[in-house]
Amino acid sequence: MSAFLSQIARNRWILPTLVVTGFAVSILSHYQPIFSGYTQIILITIGINIILCVSLNLVNGYMGEFSVGHAGFMSLGAYTSAVFTTKWTPDIPMLFPVAVIFGGVMAAIIGLLLALLSFKTRGDYLAIITLAFLMIVKSSWENISYVGGPAGLLGVDKYTTLPWTFFWVVVTMFVIRNLVYSKFGRAIIAIREDEIAANAMGVRVREAKILAFVVSSFFGGVAGALYSHLNFINPKYFDIVKSTEILVMVYLGGISSLGGSILGAVVFTFLFYQLENMGLGYWRMVILSSLLILLMLFRPRGIMGMRELTWFLPKRELKGRRKL
Amino acid sequence: MSALLEVDNVTKLFGGLCAISNCHVRVESGHTHGIIGPNGAGKTTLFNLITGIYKPTEGDIRFRSESIAGLRPGRIAIKGIGRTFQNIRLLNNQTVLDNVRIAYDSQLHYSALDAMLRLPRFGRDEKQSIGESLELLKTFSLADHAHGLAGELPYGSQRKLEIARALALKPDLLLLDEPAAGMNTGETADLTEFLRWVKGHFKVTLVLIEHHMHLVMNLCDRITVLDFGQTIAEGTPEEIRANPRVIAAYLGGTGDED
Repeated sequence: MSAFLSQIARNRWILPTLVVTGFAVSILSHYQPIFSGYTQIILITIGINIILCVSLNLVNGYMGEFSVGHAGFMSLGAYTSAVFTTKWTPDIPMLFPVAVIFGGVMAAIIGLLLALLSFKTRGDYLAIITLAFLMIVKSSWENISYVGGPAGLLGVDKYTTLPWTFFWVVVTMFVIRNLVYSKFGRAIIAIREDEIAANAMGVRVREAKILAFVVSSFFGGVAGALYSHLNFINPKYFDIVKSTEILVMVYLGGISSLGGSILGAVVFTFLFYQLENMGLGYWRMVILSSLLILLMLFRPRGIMGMRELTWFLPKRELKGRRKL
Repeated sequence: MSALLEVDNVTKLFGGLCAISNCHVRVESGHTHGIIGPNGAGKTTLFNLITGIYKPTEGDIRFRSESIAGLRPGRIAIKGIGRTFQNIRLLNNQTVLDNVRIAYDSQLHYSALDAMLRLPRFGRDEKQSIGESLELLKTFSLADHAHGLAGELPYGSQRKLEIARALALKPDLLLLDEPAAGMNTGETADLTEFLRWVKGHFKVTLVLIEHHMHLVMNLCDRITVLDFGQTIAEGTPEEIRANPRVIAAYLGGTGDED
């Protein structure tokens, strides 16, 4: 059995096959009723959560900072892309991909500012800065009447489809995986493990930090854009609870693991909806957060912490890494 | 011959505490230069000043006649100053190979876009740096452990790996902070030969902080003696041995203690 599993893990064709099949099925489901409306929503939410989780893992896992501001980047992407599609280019569905990228870029610009602050301080202090950032962003939406203030932005078209979500999940995974297994990824990990040693080895610490924050916030923004074109958006949604949910996913799946992030997002989303179905909707954050406490006690690095699914490892990097 | 490194009248205050005061060190290119002095004399602080971890309160540090005082540590490293640490600072959870690859960060010129889209330049650069890193590990007889975790290496190998990693930067100047710490007499003798070989093979100027007098006296062309953050003597091993101030401050009478 385990020999069979390791055969599967080592097979280099399974991941590309899954991607192509998944993409085909998602496109097909757009025309044929393969999934019910409810299943579609769950699948899209899983996709959005994977994007959020993988992108936050770049900062919280690989770089070892503790950002609680990811919901802020998500809201930046959500609002700016929704303004783009509803106010600037209404009724042009073709521009939706541009809107998503626009949302990502806007989030990335603010991510850059946070990166600059991260040069000055780190650890707990940076975590508090990200918390303040989150509150600033959320309160700003509440005070800007152009985007609906506390009532939220109304009339956003539901452009987010399963194929688009799948596409963005693949893009996120591709880009972040490639970044992690490059000099930039090694630099980010070196900063986490020993910033002084990294500096002494001539690692361009600032560039690496900027890249990690910018890429992370870009995809946080993309996830927000996908979210806002599916759901009603309201500033209250993007608060510390949303950030906590993403953190739970990251730490549940495992830090510094792309496979772990997918697992975390899938398990979390599944439980989230399942608890609601069981009539425990109001209790779910109690249950899921208790899960986080247990996890920190018994498996502090998460299910796949520091291990990677062999499928995601580039050939060149296969040797000697802790894989699954 | 011009000096490769000049520490010129440097003072470093930590609040009211004077860790280094009016310190002078002059390291000639191609030399092995020893820094000795009693515990707390400011030797490691001096290294931290040279490598940019601290900024001098006063004075200047010049590398190849160019001021490097106050530059960020990463910039100084890229200019050609490699170092090791008194308490080994390897990335323990990373492989031995990846520890060396870290030092190639500034030598790999592909952009973030090359990396994200896996453009040809990325592959070329990575392949070359992995090849060079493995070659370097082979030179240090660490190639067998290349894919093991650095933290799982024996102590002596960790010291070696730290030197290998610093050399992967291709520095002109290598600062070694107590390379013989925790080694017995036999191991220290091996280390002396090893450092001699490193210096010839990599054509690097060495500066080392060391308490093993035997190693220092054998290896060094010149020695600087620090006491209470001040340079109290600088000269050849023979001059240092005979210097009464050094004997009084540090060697405690006989002058050739181990």
